[in-house]
Amino acid sequence: MTWVVVDVMLKPEISDPQGQAVLGALNRLGHRGVEGVRQGKRFELEVSDPIDESAIRQIADTLLANSVIEDFSVHIETR
Amino acid sequence: MTDRLAQVRIGVVTFPGSLDDGDASRAVRLAGGIPVALWHGTHDLDGVDAVILPGGFSYGDYLRAGAIASLSPIMREVIDAARQGVPVLGICNGFQVLCESGLLPGALTRNAHLHFRNRDQLLRVEARTAWTSEFAESAEIVIPVKNGEGRYVANTETLDAVEAEGRVLARYLGGNPNGSSRDIAGVTDRTGRIVGLMPHPEHAVEELTGPSTDGLRFFTSILASLVGAGAGTGSGAGSA
Repeated sequence: MTWVVVDVMLKPEISDPQGQAVLGALNRLGHRGVEGVRQGKRFELEVSDPIDESAIRQIADTLLANSVIEDFSVHIETR
Repeated sequence: MTDRLAQVRIGVVTFPGSLDDGDASRAVRLAGGIPVALWHGTHDLDGVDAVILPGGFSYGDYLRAGAIASLSPIMREVIDAARQGVPVLGICNGFQVLCESGLLPGALTRNAHLHFRNRDQLLRVEARTAWTSEFAESAEIVIPVKNGEGRYVANTETLDAVEAEGRVLARYLGGNPNGSSRDIAGVTDRTGRIVGLMPHPEHAVEELTGPSTDGLRFFTSILASLVGAGAGTGSGAGSA
């Protein structure tokens, strides 16, 4: 089975209050080594072979990520 | 004029999860127009003269607020009609839908403080559009704001362009409720017909229930704009 994984993250210039809240919680737990947290989304798409990479990128670009505020990356996992 | 106002038909779209479609329809009626219920799952705009996308949590706000709704059957028609000049107002979730559709610049993201914010909000109405034509210049108004993902963001070039082109519809005064860039509460497209606003004018149309009746002017503005443009004569723009 082939899975295509799409990771979506807010662009670096977009502030991430959820990530900051996680960082605050880590500090309260005493994890002093963590200096920043960014929170994102992971999509796992179960796809039939052969994989159409341009179609996957189009799916990521038009639906899974909002290119105004988010970047995405695609990688393939075989399980 | 009054007779023609009473013939202007304003469509109000209901998505699964819409909350404020009823109030938006009521506001249209109080302003003197005819509200027309439109359903997300159809391709039928019923020949309306303008469209309102109401507040709520369309499709559960799954993926991103407004993202799934922007791809619904009715939005295909709304986007086509909007590009042909049919006025569209997106309120709150409707604003999110317009940004996700690419009809308006920027995006709405999680409030900076992470809390849902619900309060009466002072705004300054800046841009003169089909939906704000009856406001005095730089009018200050009070209408409710209620959102969890209302923080307007865009890159610096987009924000600079929106400001330079006078496309800031309204700005928060007396405290920014969600961390929006440059206190922006709403934006308009270049034509002044496609407009998005995070606060809720439809909840400020009657003294009994609203903090003011300032919101009513958005609805009387569009009726006046449409009658001025020849609508309400039964011809119906957007007859797609």
